[in-house]
Amino acid sequence: MNAPDAHALLERLLREIAPEVDLAGADPGVPLQELFDLDSMDFLNLVTALHDEAGIDVPERDYPKLATVDGFVGYVTAAGGA
Amino acid sequence: MAEFRMPSLGADMEVGTILEWRVQPGQEVHRGDIVAVVDTEKSTIEIEVFHDGVVEDLVVDPGVEVPVGTVLAHITAAGAAAPAPVPAETAAVPAEAPLTPATAPAHAEAPATEAPAAREAPARAPTAKRRARRKTAVERPAARPAAGAGGFVRASPLARRRAAAQGIALEELVGTGPGGAVITADVGAAARAAPAPAAREVRPPTAGPAAPADRHAAMRHAIGELMARSKREIPHYYLATTIDLGAALAWLAEANASRPVAERLLPAALLLKATARAAREVPVVNGFWEGGFRPAPAVHLGVAVSLRGGGLVAPAIHDADELSIDDLMRSLRDLVTRARSGVLRGSEVSDSTITVTNLGDQGVEEVFGVIYPPQVALVGFGRVSERPWAAAGMVGVRPVVRATLAADHRASDGHDGARFLAAIDRLLAAPEGL
Repeated sequence: MNAPDAHALLERLLREIAPEVDLAGADPGVPLQELFDLDSMDFLNLVTALHDEAGIDVPERDYPKLATVDGFVGYVTAAGGA
Repeated sequence: MAEFRMPSLGADMEVGTILEWRVQPGQEVHRGDIVAVVDTEKSTIEIEVFHDGVVEDLVVDPGVEVPVGTVLAHITAAGAAAPAPVPAETAAVPAEAPLTPATAPAHAEAPATEAPAAREAPARAPTAKRRARRKTAVERPAARPAAGAGGFVRASPLARRRAAAQGIALEELVGTGPGGAVITADVGAAARAAPAPAAREVRPPTAGPAAPADRHAAMRHAIGELMARSKREIPHYYLATTIDLGAALAWLAEANASRPVAERLLPAALLLKATARAAREVPVVNGFWEGGFRPAPAVHLGVAVSLRGGGLVAPAIHDADELSIDDLMRSLRDLVTRARSGVLRGSEVSDSTITVTNLGDQGVEEVFGVIYPPQVALVGFGRVSERPWAAAGMVGVRPVVRATLAADHRASDGHDGARFLAAIDRLLAAPEGL
C-alpha cells in the first residue's frame, strides 16, 4: 500500500468512528485522539478495522506509532497490507 | 390480559415516542423479545417485552409522543385461551415489567408502599412546558413512513439531527456506518447531491425520532433536569484515592500480547470489573434510594458513554461482577458501539444499580461525579499516568489512576465509601483474580 492509499484508508476508517472527520485540514503531526476526540475504545476500533480491512495486525506495543496521521501512514505503508 | 406500557427508561424520561413496532397483532412474543423501538430525548431504544404471550392489539401509533406509563399494547398471556383474571395479570406486571424496577422515576418519588409506578404513571400528564417544547412531536400525524418497509432506519443521533435539519429523509439514504447505519457523512453526501428546496419536498410524514432538530437541546434538558434533581435531593459526599495500576497493566499487556486485536482488553475493562466486584462487597453503594435505601440484588454497572455531538448516556452492563473479563470487555465494546451509532435496549438504560464514569481518555486526572438518581453512588476514574510512587521504603515510577466516589450520605457513610474504594484498589492489585 502506498502513502496516498494509506491516507485514504485512514480517513475511511476514521469516518466509521467519527463521521465528521476530514483529514484534508488536519495537522498530520497531532495525535488523532486529540484531533478527533477519540477515546481508547475508538482507537481500539480503529486498530481492529485496520486488521479487518487491510490484514495488518498491530501489536499493542506499536499503538503509539499509529497515533498521528503521519505515524499511521508510515506504519501502514511499511507493513504492506492488502 | 397484560398491558404493555411505555416504560421509564431512566429517571430522566417523562415521555417517549414509538418509532416502530417490531410485532403485529396476533404475533406470539417471548420474554426478552424486542417489540418496539422508542425514541426518547436522549436516545433510540429497543424495548423488550417481559412476559410470554400473544400480541392482542397495538394501541399507540408510531410517531405519537406519549407519557411514561401509557398503555401501548395489550398482550394475552401465553397458553391462556381466555384472558387470565385481571388481578393476577396486573400483579404479574410490577414484578416483571421494565417500568417497575426502582429506576422508574414515579416509583422512586413515591413512598415504597404505594402502588407500583406502572399503575401510577399513566395519570401523569405531560406538563404544559413540555407540551410546548415538544409540540411538533405531539401533533405530528401518526402516519407510517412513505418509504421503507418497517419504516425505522438505523442512524446515528447526529445523522438524524442533520438529516432533519436539512429536510432529508433517512429512508432514502444508503447507510455506510456500522451495521448499515446512516451516519453523518451519508447525510452530508445526500445534502450535496440534492439542492435544499428539492430535498425538503421529499421529507415524508415519517414516524422518525421526534423533532431531531432539537434533539441536542432536548438531551441537555434531560441531563439538566436529572442532575438538578440529584444535586437538590442527594446529599453527596466525596472520596478520592490514588490506585497503583502497575500489576493490572502488566497483566493486561501480557494478556493482550497473545490476543488477536478483536479480543484485546482495555484498562477500562479491569477498572469496571474491579468496581463491580467491590460493589458486591460493599452493598450500601449498590442500589437505590426510594424513601429508604433498597440494596440491589445484582450489580448492573452503568457506564457513562459520551456521544459524538454532545450529551451522554449511561447504559448498564448486566451482572458485571459475574462476567469474565473477556465477556465484560465484549459487553463494553458492544454497549459503547450501540450507544453511539445504533440502538440501546430498554433494560440497559433502566437497570443500572451503580454508575462509572471514566474521563481518563480526555486527560483529566480526576472526576467527581453527580449521582444518577435513584442510584446512590457514582465512581469516577481519571487518566492513567506515571508518577513517582513510594512502596516498601523504595521510590519507583508506577502507572497510577485517581479513583473517586460520589455517594449518597443517606445510604452510606464515608467509612463505607472508603472500604469500597479500598476494595477496588485491592482487586486491581491482583488482576489475575478479575
